Amino acid sequence: MTAPAGRPRPQAPALDLGALIEDRETRIVVCCGAGGVGKTTTSAALALAAAEAGRSVVVLTIDPARRLAQSLGLTELDNEPRRVDVPGAAGELHAMMLDMKRTFDDIVAAHSTPERAQAILDNPFYQTLSSSFSGTQEYMAMEKLGQLRASDQWDLIIVDTPPSRSALDFLDAPNRMSRFLDGTMIRLLMAPSRAGFKFASAGFLLFSRIVSKILGGQLLRDISAFVAALDTMFGGFRERATATYELLRRPGTSFVVVASPEPDALREASYFVDRLSADEMPLAGLVVNRTHPPATAALSATRAAAAAEEVLEAGGPDAPLAAAALRVHAERMTLAAREQHLADRFTSAHPEVAVRTVPAAAGDVHDLDGLRTMAAALTGADADTPTGTPRTRILPARRS
Amino acid sequence: MSPSPSSARLHVVTGKGGTGKTTVAAALALALAADGRTVLLVETEGRQGIAQLFDTAPLPYEERRVAVARGGGEVKALAIDVEEALLEYLDMFYNLRRAGRALRKMGAIDFATAIAPGLRDVLITGKIKEAVTRRQDGRPVYDAVVVDAPPTGRITRFLGVTGEMSQLARSGPIKTQSDGVMAVLKSPQTAVHLVTILEDMPVQETADAIDELHKAGLPIGSVIVNLVTEPVLPPDGLARAAGDGLTGADLAPALAAAHLPADGGIADALAAQTVEHARRWMAQDALRHDVEALGRPTVELPLLTGPMDLGSLFELAGRLEEHLLAADVAA
Repeated sequence: MTAPAGRPRPQAPALDLGALIEDRETRIVVCCGAGGVGKTTTSAALALAAAEAGRSVVVLTIDPARRLAQSLGLTELDNEPRRVDVPGAAGELHAMMLDMKRTFDDIVAAHSTPERAQAILDNPFYQTLSSSFSGTQEYMAMEKLGQLRASDQWDLIIVDTPPSRSALDFLDAPNRMSRFLDGTMIRLLMAPSRAGFKFASAGFLLFSRIVSKILGGQLLRDISAFVAALDTMFGGFRERATATYELLRRPGTSFVVVASPEPDALREASYFVDRLSADEMPLAGLVVNRTHPPATAALSATRAAAAAEEVLEAGGPDAPLAAAALRVHAERMTLAAREQHLADRFTSAHPEVAVRTVPAAAGDVHDLDGLRTMAAALTGADADTPTGTPRTRILPARRS
Repeated sequence: MSPSPSSARLHVVTGKGGTGKTTVAAALALALAADGRTVLLVETEGRQGIAQLFDTAPLPYEERRVAVARGGGEVKALAIDVEEALLEYLDMFYNLRRAGRALRKMGAIDFATAIAPGLRDVLITGKIKEAVTRRQDGRPVYDAVVVDAPPTGRITRFLGVTGEMSQLARSGPIKTQSDGVMAVLKSPQTAVHLVTILEDMPVQETADAIDELHKAGLPIGSVIVNLVTEPVLPPDGLARAAGDGLTGADLAPALAAAHLPADGGIADALAAQTVEHARRWMAQDALRHDVEALGRPTVELPLLTGPMDLGSLFELAGRLEEHLLAADVAA
């Protein structure tokens, strides 16, 4: 059979994460992607690899699985980095888990007088906003990243992003904050708590009518008091939000997009890649996590299925087992082909994006050894695999 | 019309990312629509996953038929757009649609949907409650409403958000509206179903979510174990491969009959994969005890090979229908 003539499939460039984290110029690595693809584990594994490569690294995790958190020594939620004991590492590994309410409280405390801070902390609207509204997590993750970077205590920061509705929420958070702070809305919200009709435009009258009608006067008063109390810190807020956003665009920052070999996760990865390039943010590449490469690619799915029948026909005590082993292989080849097809589709749309595939671990990664295995798969040389299939791929490229 | 397979009318489907909750929600909608019923399938996360599943153009903010079920039943789908929901809300309750446009200009919509993201959840749950309670000619418009809800990590907050709002707004229309939504969500006509797969983290998250939902007084429905595989190995082979392991030499004699390519390593590779398969399957099987310990009615849905199409959705729907009937009888 001859392959149909046409353009050869684009081959994804190899993603060299080992070089990325060893490079002293790399100061921030942001791992992002859809929920459930292994962002947290990827972040932790990269951080471990960096520490073993001699860097002083801190990994900011958002919502680690309990056992992974324990293995990193994150038993306390104190919102501060803790050193993780990594025997034999040339560098240092620190890990922290984001406490969004506490981060918010700290900002409030740092930017107002004690009385004012107390007024904000006691405000019912603030209490709800800071602890239970989704979206706050994104702002606070960005805030914490800014703080960690400003402290200049680590030469590499690896950030895991929140399990958002969309991976883009993380990127949008600081901008939204600035847009909000520059908007008419904020002045309107402050107005009721100020004397006079300074802002009593037609718009305001309409607005206050609607707001008090819908929200009820008491909630409006809470919100107004909250916004007014925050007034003094707004400048700081906006500056920080803008600074953190700019930080993400500076050389020294790299984004690693994580996806599983599933249509939804790769679609999300695609959006994210487009968005990063639109915002001129530096993308290191795509990690396709939890792939299922076969232990040998020398036997096709069809051939293996046929062989299973031959083995059964020939009979013998171990024939059922051997036939099952062949069927396991046939299934594995089919799965790997599907995963490779999905990865190829991504590469067709984004031929410039470097790719690294990471095989699924046998069980959950929940200790340093598991992280080390994953780190090796993430940072090892591209061609260094038992079957010789480069780590850019799941199956070898078809010879034409 | 035969009785509905479930006494609940609002089915909220949640699960950890990657467990296939959108697919399960769609299959559940098909199951509930059988025998001439009308079901609304609601998307809350703006990803257009439902449109992709039913292979239709992206859904507008409009209830639109996406599938026909047995006996003239139909599934309509709605992707909730938060801005539109807010404008509709203003219009419906305050006759303020035009004012809403003005608010948008002033950045108030940005505020409502972005800066106070909890309001997003308030609007979505409000819209869901409206669909559940909507009546025409003296009977409900929808026999059931199925929600493709946020993931397990956010579900209690998502469903409880109007409760938070009603605490914030101690009086006024928001208070009344929030109380109405919570009354529906906490009533026996609601069931929150949890989708999991047989892996440690999703099962653990399911247990955590059940705890949280229980504490929040939200009614819990079934646990749906998705993407379940059957072992390829015969039982004795499974135990052998998972136990002491298997080498290429063990398989080589039987494999000889198939005249496989001579380049070495195939037998070893097959043995290694077989051991991995067996161990993975045994680990998954062990998790069934943890799922059972959750103490909820449970159904398993198979991992279907090939792309997910309408035929596969109906296959999953059939299993869900049987399960709901059995679970309702048991309850």
